[in-house]
Amino acid sequence: MAAFRLGLIVNPIAGMGGAVGLKGTDTAEILARARALGARPQAPARAGEALGAIAAAADAPLELFAAAGEMGEAEARAAGFTPQLVDHSTGKDSVAEDSVRAARAMAGLAVDLILFAGGDGTARDMVRAVGDKVPVVGIPAGVKMHSAVYATNPRAAARMVLRYMQGGIALRQLEVMDIDEAAFRDGAVSAKLYGYLDVPHLPDLVQGSKAGGVSSDRTALAGIAARIHQAMQPGRLYILGPGTTMRAVADSIGVEKTLLGVDLLRDGARIAGDAGEREILAALDGGGAIAVTPIGGQGHFFGRGNQQISARVIARVGIEHITVAATMEKIASLRDNLLRVDTGEPALDDRLCGWRRVITGYQTDSVCRVAT
Amino acid sequence: MSANGGGFHAARWNEALINELSEEGARGIVPPAVDAEIAAAVGDVAAALPEGARREAPPDLPEVTQHRVLRHFLRLSQMCMGFDVTTDMMGTCTMKYSPKAHEHMARGAKLADLHPLQDVGSLQGLLELMYRFNRIMCEISGMDEFTFQPASGAQGIYTNACLIRAYHESRGDLGKRDEIITTAASHPADAATPSVAGFKVITLMPGEMGFAGVDALKAAISERTAGLMLTNPEDTGQYNPNIRQFVDLVHEAGGLCAYDQANGNPLLGVVRAGDTGFDMCQFNLHKTFSAPHGSLGMGCAAVGVKDFLRKFLPRPIVAEDGSGGYRLDYDPGQGIDRIRAFIGNVHAVLKAYSWVMSLGAEGLRAVAETAVLNNNYMLAKMRTVRGVTIPWPANNYPKLEQVRYSFEQMFAETGVTSHDVIDRMVDFGVQHCMPSHVPMLVTEPFTMEPGESLTVAEMDQMLAAIEAISDEAYSDAAKAQGGPYNAATTRIDGDVPEDPDCWAFTYRGYLRKKAMWTSENRRKIERHEGGY
Repeated sequence: MAAFRLGLIVNPIAGMGGAVGLKGTDTAEILARARALGARPQAPARAGEALGAIAAAADAPLELFAAAGEMGEAEARAAGFTPQLVDHSTGKDSVAEDSVRAARAMAGLAVDLILFAGGDGTARDMVRAVGDKVPVVGIPAGVKMHSAVYATNPRAAARMVLRYMQGGIALRQLEVMDIDEAAFRDGAVSAKLYGYLDVPHLPDLVQGSKAGGVSSDRTALAGIAARIHQAMQPGRLYILGPGTTMRAVADSIGVEKTLLGVDLLRDGARIAGDAGEREILAALDGGGAIAVTPIGGQGHFFGRGNQQISARVIARVGIEHITVAATMEKIASLRDNLLRVDTGEPALDDRLCGWRRVITGYQTDSVCRVAT
Repeated sequence: MSANGGGFHAARWNEALINELSEEGARGIVPPAVDAEIAAAVGDVAAALPEGARREAPPDLPEVTQHRVLRHFLRLSQMCMGFDVTTDMMGTCTMKYSPKAHEHMARGAKLADLHPLQDVGSLQGLLELMYRFNRIMCEISGMDEFTFQPASGAQGIYTNACLIRAYHESRGDLGKRDEIITTAASHPADAATPSVAGFKVITLMPGEMGFAGVDALKAAISERTAGLMLTNPEDTGQYNPNIRQFVDLVHEAGGLCAYDQANGNPLLGVVRAGDTGFDMCQFNLHKTFSAPHGSLGMGCAAVGVKDFLRKFLPRPIVAEDGSGGYRLDYDPGQGIDRIRAFIGNVHAVLKAYSWVMSLGAEGLRAVAETAVLNNNYMLAKMRTVRGVTIPWPANNYPKLEQVRYSFEQMFAETGVTSHDVIDRMVDFGVQHCMPSHVPMLVTEPFTMEPGESLTVAEMDQMLAAIEAISDEAYSDAAKAQGGPYNAATTRIDGDVPEDPDCWAFTYRGYLRKKAMWTSENRRKIERHEGGY
C-alpha cells in the first residue's frame, strides 16, 4: 500500500494578537506590537498537539512533507516525525507569501492532504495557493476564526486526518471568510467571502458542524435548488447570493454561477455574473427576488460576503421577496442555531430580525432566530 | 467500584448469515406427505395460480438443520445487549422491565392460536380485553376513542398525520392547508411522517431555553397551517411550558394538534393530552407500557382521538354489539385507509393491559414519579463527571425523564468524542447510550433515560462506567478512543450504516450490492468483518 502523503504548514505567528487584544497579526507592524506586548505564538503548540495525536494513532504508512524551519519542520520533529522538507522562503519576510509557496510546492509533490495551522488569513493563503486542487484540514490557531473550514480543535484535526487516511470519506467545500483587521480594530466588521476549500466531510469534527449525513445533506440541497427553481416567475429578476447552496440552484436551472459573487437571473438565463450593487439596481426595473444562504459556521445571510445585496437593493426588492435557504445541517452547525444580518441600516436589520422561515428542503422549512 | 465487577467479555461468534449456512439437502423439518385422500380431493394446488403469479424457480431459501438454526439464533442473541441482560438507559427509548408473566400469557395458546379471520363469536375474550383497554387508554389520555392498529411508534405518528389530512379533506380544506408544524427536538417521526402523508413540514428551532417559544410558533402559523405534531417533553428531557398556548394558537389558526407521547412515561397520571387541548395523541405500548421495544416489528402504537375525529379512525374498530358482547365494526365510513391489517399486534395490547391492571392508577403515577426521580438522580451525579456539560444552561427547570448531555468539553480537552464514550461503555458490561436524533443540535450529544425500573445500585453501576471512561479519557485518550474491546463486534464507523451501498435489508439486496461494491466500500466493510 502506498504511503499516505501528508503536507504540513504552520503559520508560526497565527493567534499572537488574541491574548494581547490586537485581533490578528496580518501586518508586520502589528506583529511587532504583539511581540512587544508579550504575545506568545499559539499555532506551534496546537500543531504539535495534533501531530502528537496523529503519531500515536496512525496505523498506516505516512510520509510527512513539512514546510522547513518554524513553519512545520520543528513541530514535526518534536512529534517524532522525520519530515521531507519543503522550501518555502520567498525572501519577502512574509508568512503569507511563504505559506502560499509551501502549499503550491506540496501540490506539486502530489500530497494527498495538507494539514495547516492558523487563522482566517492562513485559510485565505490556502485558497490562493491550492483552491480545490488539494484537500485540507485546518487546525484552529488564529484570533479571527470566521472560516468554516477548521476542525473544532487540534485533536479533532488529528482525527480528521486519520479518518481520511483510512479512505471512503467524501469531500465538501467549506467557506473561507476573513475580515479587514484594521477595520476590526476600529470596531467595524467587514467580512468577505474569499473562497472555498475542500475539507473531508466528517460533520462531527468540523468547527460547529454536527448534524446529518453526507447523503441527507446532498438530498436536502437538491430539494432546495429544485424548489427555488420551480418557484421562479417569468420576467422577475432573481438575485442569487454567493455559496454552494445558490450554485446548486443555478445547476438546477442549467446556468453558470460564480461561487463567490452575486449573479442575476431572469427567465431562466443568467444576465450578469458577479454583479455589483449598481449593476443590481440597474437591472431591477421590474419586480425582483433575492435568494441567499447563511455563511456556514457564522450564520450571516446579509452583510458578510454579499454586501453587493445592499440595504438599497433589499429595500427595492422588498422583504417579502427574500428567500433564505440552508440545509438543516448548516443551521444546526451555527452557534445557538442563530442566523445573522448586518445590512448597515439598523432599521432594516430590525425588520429582518426575529423569527424567520428558512427553506431547508423541497417540502421542509425551519423557523430560525435572526439577530444582528 | 468496578462497573461490572471486572472481566466482562461479550460472546463473539463469527457467525455467518443464515443464507451462507445453507447446505444442499439439509432439512430442519420434513413435513408429512399429504394424505392420498386429501391429495385426490384437492388436486394440483399450484395449478390454480395464474400464470403470472407462478415462480419459474423455487425460492432460494436456506437449507439448514434444526440444531444449526437453533445455534444460529442463540449465538446472535448471545451477542446482544438489552434490558434483560444488563443495565440499559438508552435515551429516548424508555427501556424498562417487561414482566415475564405477561410474556408468558401472550405466548399461551389462548392468544397465540387465535386467527384474525375466525368468527368474532369465538374472539369475544380478546375483543373484550381490547375494548376495556381502549377505555383505560381514554382515561389515561383524556381522549374518547383509540385504535391499536399501528405496529410501531412511527406508524402511530403517521396515523396522526393521516387523521389531520382526513379532517381537512372532509372540510374541503386540504388544498389550502398543507403545512404541519413541529419542533427540532421532537422525535424525528413528527417531521418525517407528515412529509410521507404529503404535508410540508415547518420545524421550529429552540430558543435559549432549549425549546421553541411562542414567537417562533407565531412566525410559522398561517392560513396554510394544517396542524401541530410534537413531543413534550422533547427528546432533550425538557418540558415546553408554552404547550397550552401552542395548542390554542394552532386551534385559532384552524389547525389540529397531535401529541406524540413517545416521551409520555413521566406524564402518566400527571398530565393528560386531552386536558391540554390536544385533538389526538399517540402512545407506544412497547416502551412506555412495558411491551418489549420492537426491533422493527413487535411494537404497537395506541392512537387516541377526541370524539369529533372518531369517524376518521381506521377500521375495524372493536365495538359493543348491543347484547353484552363485542363486534368488529368494518364500516369504512370516513375512516382513513388501514394502517395495518386487522386490529393490531394484540400480544402487545395484552401485555400493556396486564401492566396497567397490575399497577392501577396510583401505580401508573408512581411510574412517572420514579422515572423523573431516577433521571434527576442521574443528572445530579452526571454534573460531577469531568468533561460533561448540560446544554442550554439558561434553563434551570428540572428535567423530566431523560437528559441530553454533552461531551463537548471532554472532546476539546482530550479529543474523546461522545461516540467514543458510547462505544467504550459496552466494555463495562452495560448497554451503550444513544447520542441524539437528528438534527443534532447539541455538540457531542449523549442521551440517557433511566426509567423507573432501575435500582440505585444499577444507576450507580452505570455512573461508575461513565466515570471510569472519563478518567480514562483524561489519562489515556487513545485507549478511550479505541473501544469497544470486549464486545461482540468492533467499532462500526459512522459512515458505514449511513451509506446505502454498505447495508441491505434482504439477502438478495446484500448480494446485489456486494457485487457492485467499490474497493472503497469493500475496505470499509471488511475492516469490520475482519475485526474479530
